[in-house]
Amino acid sequence: MVAAGFIQLEATAIQKRSHMITERTDVVIGLEVHVQLTTHSKLFCGCSTRYQDSEPNTHTCPICLGLPGSLPVINEMAVVYAERVAKALSCSVQRTQFYRKNYYYPDLPKGFQISQYDFPLAINGYLMVDSEGQERRIRIRRVHLEEDPGKLTYRGTIEKAQYSLIDYNRSGVPLLEVVTEPDLRTPKEARRFLNKLRNILEYLDVFDGNLEGSLRVDANVSIAGGQRAEVKNISSYKGVEKALLFEITRQRNLLRRGIHITQETRHFDEARGITISLRSKEQEHDYRYFPEPDLAQVDPEPLVKKFPQQVEIELPDTKRRRFIEQYRISDYLAKVLTASKPLADYYETVAALVDPSAAASWVVDVLQGELNYRGLTLDAFSPAYLVDVITNVTDGHITEKAAVKVIRIVLDRGGTPCEIIDEQALHTAPAEQITTAVKQAIEENPQAVADYQSGKKGALNFLVGQVMKKTRGRADPALTNRLIQEQL
Amino acid sequence: MSHREHIEETLDAIDRSDLNAFITVNYDGARQQAAEADTGELDGRLAGISVGIKDAISTKGLRTTCASQMLEHYVPPYDAFVIRRLHEEGAVLIGKTNMDEFSMGASTETSFFGPCKNPWDLNCVPGGSSGGSAASVAAQEADLALGSDTGGSIRCPASFCGVVGLKPTYGRVSRSGLVSYGNSMEQIGPIARTVKACAVLFEIIAGYDPADSTSLDTPVPRCASSLADDIAGLKIGVPIDFFGEGVDPAVENATRDAIDVLEDLGARATETSMSSLKYALSAYYVQAMSEASSNLARYCGIIYGHRVQRDHDWHRTFSENRASGFGKEVKRRVLLGTYALSAGYYDKYYLKALKARTLISADFQKAFKQYDALIAPTMPFVAFKIGEKIEDPLSLYKVDINTVPVNLANVPSLSVPCGRKGRLPIGMQIIGDKLKEALLFNIAWQFERNTEFNKYAK
Repeated sequence: MVAAGFIQLEATAIQKRSHMITERTDVVIGLEVHVQLTTHSKLFCGCSTRYQDSEPNTHTCPICLGLPGSLPVINEMAVVYAERVAKALSCSVQRTQFYRKNYYYPDLPKGFQISQYDFPLAINGYLMVDSEGQERRIRIRRVHLEEDPGKLTYRGTIEKAQYSLIDYNRSGVPLLEVVTEPDLRTPKEARRFLNKLRNILEYLDVFDGNLEGSLRVDANVSIAGGQRAEVKNISSYKGVEKALLFEITRQRNLLRRGIHITQETRHFDEARGITISLRSKEQEHDYRYFPEPDLAQVDPEPLVKKFPQQVEIELPDTKRRRFIEQYRISDYLAKVLTASKPLADYYETVAALVDPSAAASWVVDVLQGELNYRGLTLDAFSPAYLVDVITNVTDGHITEKAAVKVIRIVLDRGGTPCEIIDEQALHTAPAEQITTAVKQAIEENPQAVADYQSGKKGALNFLVGQVMKKTRGRADPALTNRLIQEQL
Repeated sequence: MSHREHIEETLDAIDRSDLNAFITVNYDGARQQAAEADTGELDGRLAGISVGIKDAISTKGLRTTCASQMLEHYVPPYDAFVIRRLHEEGAVLIGKTNMDEFSMGASTETSFFGPCKNPWDLNCVPGGSSGGSAASVAAQEADLALGSDTGGSIRCPASFCGVVGLKPTYGRVSRSGLVSYGNSMEQIGPIARTVKACAVLFEIIAGYDPADSTSLDTPVPRCASSLADDIAGLKIGVPIDFFGEGVDPAVENATRDAIDVLEDLGARATETSMSSLKYALSAYYVQAMSEASSNLARYCGIIYGHRVQRDHDWHRTFSENRASGFGKEVKRRVLLGTYALSAGYYDKYYLKALKARTLISADFQKAFKQYDALIAPTMPFVAFKIGEKIEDPLSLYKVDINTVPVNLANVPSLSVPCGRKGRLPIGMQIIGDKLKEALLFNIAWQFERNTEFNKYAK
């Protein structure tokens, strides 16, 4: 109970201090990012990797169950996918060797994981990341392939469960590990790095960030040249920032009290937002790596030639520059639009049919916000709908205000934009109707008229608002403005 | 005689036998396969012929124990590549043969199912680890057999039991379905009473298998059709390093006499030396044990296999299952292998063994620039008594001294009977360059035809 209380206190303290943390520059962060590759089959056997909706232990075979006498065979597409990522991260790709990482755990059917050690698939790359208005170069130490273990589930909580169940469907799914140099300085920067990495992986079509468990991160953190702590079990983008904030505060508190940081491995408890010590340096596993004798060395180059890329891949930075050039939109809008491939594709579909500049602000300023507010994705509002909405606005059939209303109603209740416009009678009011409303507004509000004439510009807005009310928002604001001024 | 009658006789011989050559006899399956061979439903080069299978090779629906309590009740859901080949040729799988537990031994005494005995003297070991395969073939409890050879496990029992056995070039025969002991060195190979039968079985099981990444994508020669080729002019090297201290004079003499026979047939023999061989035994054991320590980590009683503990946390479950499921020798090798791979010892042991292996390979490559084949005693002595060496692991490891260099160098070696000491057979090995199995069969066949040492050859 004492410990729990302490944790509670620390967690509260962190929120108060989080703004300070980002100011300091003596923090050193390195990430090991594990992502599942979306190959059809597993890394060393023919079992399907699409296990998420399947019954437990239905995607298994003698190889991924590690039955006696079974041998691994490399999935060449996994090597090709990994090579694409490595190239996108500007790494040098090399002839590569698999190793056995030996440790016992119930989710590991062979008692070792086939991974890489010396001679990883790729080394020495980098990724440019925006940080506080400037671009920072985050070096990539290595990129390698390994197999995912199975998955343990517990009845109830991990502490109280009487037994655990093992599902080997995940066993052997290809994981790509990307290891950075300790070049990251803040939790926010770490999160940006991850977002950008995810973006690249999705652009390359080798990763599906929506799949549960498709991303796992270990973070190494140290302060002021001290010993590092490795935080394991981070499985979301937000989690990375949270775990790092906690860990940095924890270390700072210890340092402030004059306590040395010892090298250790810590576990991130996402629900509680804290890290817990798992083992000290002395208790570290000795993985007894040695070259996997059942697999020959793999040369990625001939495989890349054997499976050429079907379509030219445009990476986010290149796409952003093209958007600015081709669609004449701002750097800001281009950056937002290319921050995810589905969004960029969505934008281009719309921009092909309407004014690209209008399309950009409708997508970024309106649609994104409405979707995020409702926790929806782009699937909820097809590009054709947005084209309809924008066309109606530019043709003067509906006002911008009415257009936003249309989008909201479609998202909340369904239906097509045209149906909603008709149903809600949102067509822009005809000029004579506005003229009538303007006359009424002036007659009904002598005080406002007097205020306007005595120089109070705000009174004009009041009158415009009255006209809007009378026309149920369907009056064109510019026209209304002009008519009021003429009348007065 | 019908195939069914032949198989009934063989099953009868097994039932009456004192050898303990089989762990599992495939009564129903064998009878059905023989009947199908009689009706012609099954045909092929091995139709109606009984084959004993070392119990380290996976057979679908037929338990595969590796002679360990750990796998006492394990029934594989798939066939090894070589078993599929045997089925394609109509073979009768007569049973699963006794062996040293997880192939760790040279005497077939470490089997959980009790030791196998030598058909020439029931007080002696048949050799190992494929002891049951060689003993069953020698005692006509099987027509042919498959063994596996990591450091001599086919050649040693072939030599002790007076039959013919081949360790193929590494990668020649798929290991898919062979329960791993020392992956980087082992091969499945044929055991038979005659050179010709051995050659036929080799042709059937050899060949590329994409399911084994170390399998060689090279055509397999028709070894059985070049048996009678003239061997006049062949250059044979006799490395003196294989005739060192501890070699029984009777064995040395038999081997030298055999070389004389080959010279009479026109071959030219020269003594040579391979100085790196002094590292072979240590290099072999370090490498085999290292690989074994990792290969055997999967046996923890979770998905399959021996399980005594299910009510505690996984540490205790794993420990108790492994402690009670493995025999003494297996535990010794797993512990030593774990040590050799540990941080701080890897360079001193594992890496050093790899370096020695490179030297040994280079020595063989150099020798094969000069010689077509090398000849040496397979074993330093004839079969020893059951119980004689089992309490002294080092003396048992040392019996592999002449067989392990071949595995380290990935080259093929064929053991053939070349003499006797009393009743007990003596074997010599003919070692060739990689992929030269056909030449080894050719030399052995010429030798067998011109001598009387092989009791079964006529």
